[in-house]
Amino acid sequence: MKCGVVVFPGSNCDHDVYHVLKHVLEQEVTFLWHGEEDLQGCELIVLPGGFSYGDYLRSGAIAALSPVMAGVRRHAEAGGLVLGICNGFQILMESGLLKGALLKNRRMRFECRDVHLRVERDDLPFTRGYRRGDVLRIPVANADGNFQETPATLDALEAEERVVFRYTDATGRRIDEADAANVTGSARAIAGITNRRGNVLGLMPHPERCAEELLGNADGLPLLASTVGAVGTLVGAAAS
Amino acid sequence: MKAKVTVFPRREVLDPQGKTIHQALQRIGFDGVTAVRAGKCFDVELATNDAAAAREVLDAMCRKLLANTVVEDYAFELLPEEGAS
Repeated sequence: MKCGVVVFPGSNCDHDVYHVLKHVLEQEVTFLWHGEEDLQGCELIVLPGGFSYGDYLRSGAIAALSPVMAGVRRHAEAGGLVLGICNGFQILMESGLLKGALLKNRRMRFECRDVHLRVERDDLPFTRGYRRGDVLRIPVANADGNFQETPATLDALEAEERVVFRYTDATGRRIDEADAANVTGSARAIAGITNRRGNVLGLMPHPERCAEELLGNADGLPLLASTVGAVGTLVGAAAS
Repeated sequence: MKAKVTVFPRREVLDPQGKTIHQALQRIGFDGVTAVRAGKCFDVELATNDAAAAREVLDAMCRKLLANTVVEDYAFELLPEEGAS
């Protein structure tokens, strides 16, 4: 699958995603500059983590207005795959492609640590490599990761099963806003959501930072592998 | 024409910055503070001198960029020109 990783001024996880897609999953990958609308025929668009435009105004607010996002919007509306990680998730929300907004973390800290996530959907292109209820260990690294929405929209997200990942503890139990394992303080412990059509995914944790056994944790690899349609390849590689 | 735009977290939304500042004020002895909300303020200068047109464009820029209306409210006021009679 031809993959495009968007580079905004201040992106800093772009090369990590590029590395996993190119060298671990052996896909065709190109960088896409934020100033160009043309997505060069890429089938998967990744908005990487970082501090686009220095987080000026609000995280992701300025990047959401850049030329490339017009192309990303058309791609998403046509059913193309879009994955936003961390700052990329913030940009998807600011652009209106996903619901929600992110506030400062509950403890007013930059939270950089491994967290546990429970998989809530295993039928999306992004999550077919997992089973519903799987508990993943995956790092977060953000200051504005506190997902909030109006109660009515939160109820709608739940009813439409658009919550894809939730913060949990090692046992996978359901936790609330105040639980210590919900390091951001996110409403209903939401860590990642999708759009109604299921072709746009945003999440705060970083799957690209835990996608190689060599680095001690590959819990994030099934997400990227499933997204590029390489789940079978991955299973084959793991078995050999 | 000049304008002042203020953006604040909505009343029903958690405000971790305001809460932290409130606690810090109490810690240094300002016991009488009962609540703090932290927001942003923008001084905007516009080419127009038409108040109605200015309000319209300010409202549009707040909705499109300056505020995230999922979690923030905004307000603006037009400022009298300095030296105006």
